[in-house]
Amino acid sequence: MRVFQFTEQPYPDVWNDHNGSLRVNLPNRKLDPKRAADLFHRYYDEWQLADELGLDIMLNEHHSTATCMSAACVIGLSVLARITKRARLLVLGYPIANRPDPLRAAEELATIDVISRGRLEMGFVRGVPQEVAIANLNPVFQSDRFWEAHDFIMKALTSHDEPFNWESENFHYRHVNIWPRPYQQPHPPVWSTTGSTQTAKKLGGYGYIMATLGTGYDTRRLYDAYRQGYAEKRGTAAGADRFAYLGLVAVGRTEAEARRRGELIATYPRSSSIVFAPFRNPPGYLSIDDNVRILKGEGKPRSFTKDGRIVEMAKGSVQDLIDAGVMFCGTPDQVYDQIADFVEHCGGMGNLLMMGHAGPMSHEDTVENLTLFAQEVYPRLKSLRQPEAAAVAAQ
Amino acid sequence: MSVSAPETMRAEVAGVSVERSERGKGRPLLFLHPGHPSGRVDPAAPVLELLAENRRVIAPTHPGFGMDAAPPKLTTIDDLAYLYLDLMEALDLRGCVLVGVGLGGWIAAEMAVKNCERLSHLVLANAVGIKVGNRETRDIADIYAVTDKQLAELVYADPARMVRDSKTLPQNDLVMMARSREATGRYGWTPYLHNPKLKGRLHRVHIPTLVLWGEADRVVTPDYGRAYADAIPGARFATIGGAGHFPHLEQPETFASRVLEFVEETHR
Repeated sequence: MRVFQFTEQPYPDVWNDHNGSLRVNLPNRKLDPKRAADLFHRYYDEWQLADELGLDIMLNEHHSTATCMSAACVIGLSVLARITKRARLLVLGYPIANRPDPLRAAEELATIDVISRGRLEMGFVRGVPQEVAIANLNPVFQSDRFWEAHDFIMKALTSHDEPFNWESENFHYRHVNIWPRPYQQPHPPVWSTTGSTQTAKKLGGYGYIMATLGTGYDTRRLYDAYRQGYAEKRGTAAGADRFAYLGLVAVGRTEAEARRRGELIATYPRSSSIVFAPFRNPPGYLSIDDNVRILKGEGKPRSFTKDGRIVEMAKGSVQDLIDAGVMFCGTPDQVYDQIADFVEHCGGMGNLLMMGHAGPMSHEDTVENLTLFAQEVYPRLKSLRQPEAAAVAAQ
Repeated sequence: MSVSAPETMRAEVAGVSVERSERGKGRPLLFLHPGHPSGRVDPAAPVLELLAENRRVIAPTHPGFGMDAAPPKLTTIDDLAYLYLDLMEALDLRGCVLVGVGLGGWIAAEMAVKNCERLSHLVLANAVGIKVGNRETRDIADIYAVTDKQLAELVYADPARMVRDSKTLPQNDLVMMARSREATGRYGWTPYLHNPKLKGRLHRVHIPTLVLWGEADRVVTPDYGRAYADAIPGARFATIGGAGHFPHLEQPETFASRVLEFVEETHR
């Protein structure tokens, strides 16, 4: 198993001063640029530590929000490409459907891959609904635009002999020929995320690495859809390395210390849904069926415990989050057991995207959390035997 | 007593199945409904019956607003404008009064700047579609950045008209509500509910035009309506009291009589 250290690079100082919305319409006057600079430098220091500890690195981007100051993932990737030595650099993800210019995205990604000497892991995502208000590209066609931007970027990264032409409703280029071309051949590994079985199956067809977030003990359903898509296209079973899961991780020398850190990490799910309601459901982002359910007042629970109890990520206690497989929290032994059990539920899961820092967690707590994990838990996870892919596929 | 019962029918136009309701006899009147949060006009709506007193009223459902998903090739208001010009040709409508409300007014304006040959009169009610103010002025309220309660206050003179509790509505009504919200975004997300080029083309409208405005509209204010009228040669501007963005729903009698009186007065 590989483990990627992830933080959203938050600006937590105003998390209790937001008038109901931490995203889109929270005035940026609330951000002190000097404080932001200190935080950015600290987060890069912690990623350098992760690099030294043998962990890989994941970062993302969001816009107009105090939950995540990384508004352009390529900036973080660029810094990390230069200051880290060995870690894989995963962006999960790059919201390519919210960018009018996928050529620019292809150029950025190829350059980062070269500077990092082939350490880029390239995650493409559709993005959360509230980003639509910022990008202002039509959400009704977002999914189509996502797949077209994907097709374009992949072609740009893998075409080397002559410029090519691309003219569609969405994008217009007459001379596509990116310099530099990517370091990894034919291209950096591709990742994506989903919460739907339909998309999971499609990602399986591509053989991309698929990540889920907050799906807890309901993850298997999505992984199995991926396995089906993978097997149909390839005739072989998808290995555990095709699957990734974003887990909140809080380790402590004692259970009490771990729980204290767990409370700090839990500020992430508790804050991420604080956004002025209209921005959460732009037209066309959800299907008509989902919107009809919303009009009927029916929610769509996402997280389940092992015994089928529904947990609301935004409101659940640390214990609820542990029960739901959303958070792995405890002593190194306990955390190992929780992850091993979760891997078993998934039928194999080879990439843990570890949120080892969130919200107001201090530098000292973060260093201790990462170090304990890397030294006490990770070695055992590396030797954890994943379920046999063919046997899982046959189930 | 109704002058005639509405009939619902479909026509295949340029590869698209267009649903419409029809009622009444006489010279044709094409009625184009607004967008979210109203959408398709109920074929039994009083306004259609009032307009049909001595006319054939044709009220299509814009693709994507009824029960059916929009065909993938229809993505812009321009597409709908050409679709309805094709529909008029297919039905061989001549001397037709074209009435559009809100988003439907935008479609009507786009049709009129393209071709007025089959039109006798144009009525734009609380129409969106043009850019009036400078780049830092949002002419059209962002209906996707407000709560349902705020939306009701933007669109209605009497906000109590808006459905507050959708939970008990029939399934088909809910589907059409969801579709109306999505389809309005489909055709109008960006540039937001307008075509930057349209205002500069409105001089091409050379038929009698009435710009009619529910005066309580806070999505597009009466001043926006006046600017619309100013851009169309000879257009008349009039307001309707006690109505917001959907005057055909809030004041159907006044709406219909204003339309029909205008057509009588400017008969060609």
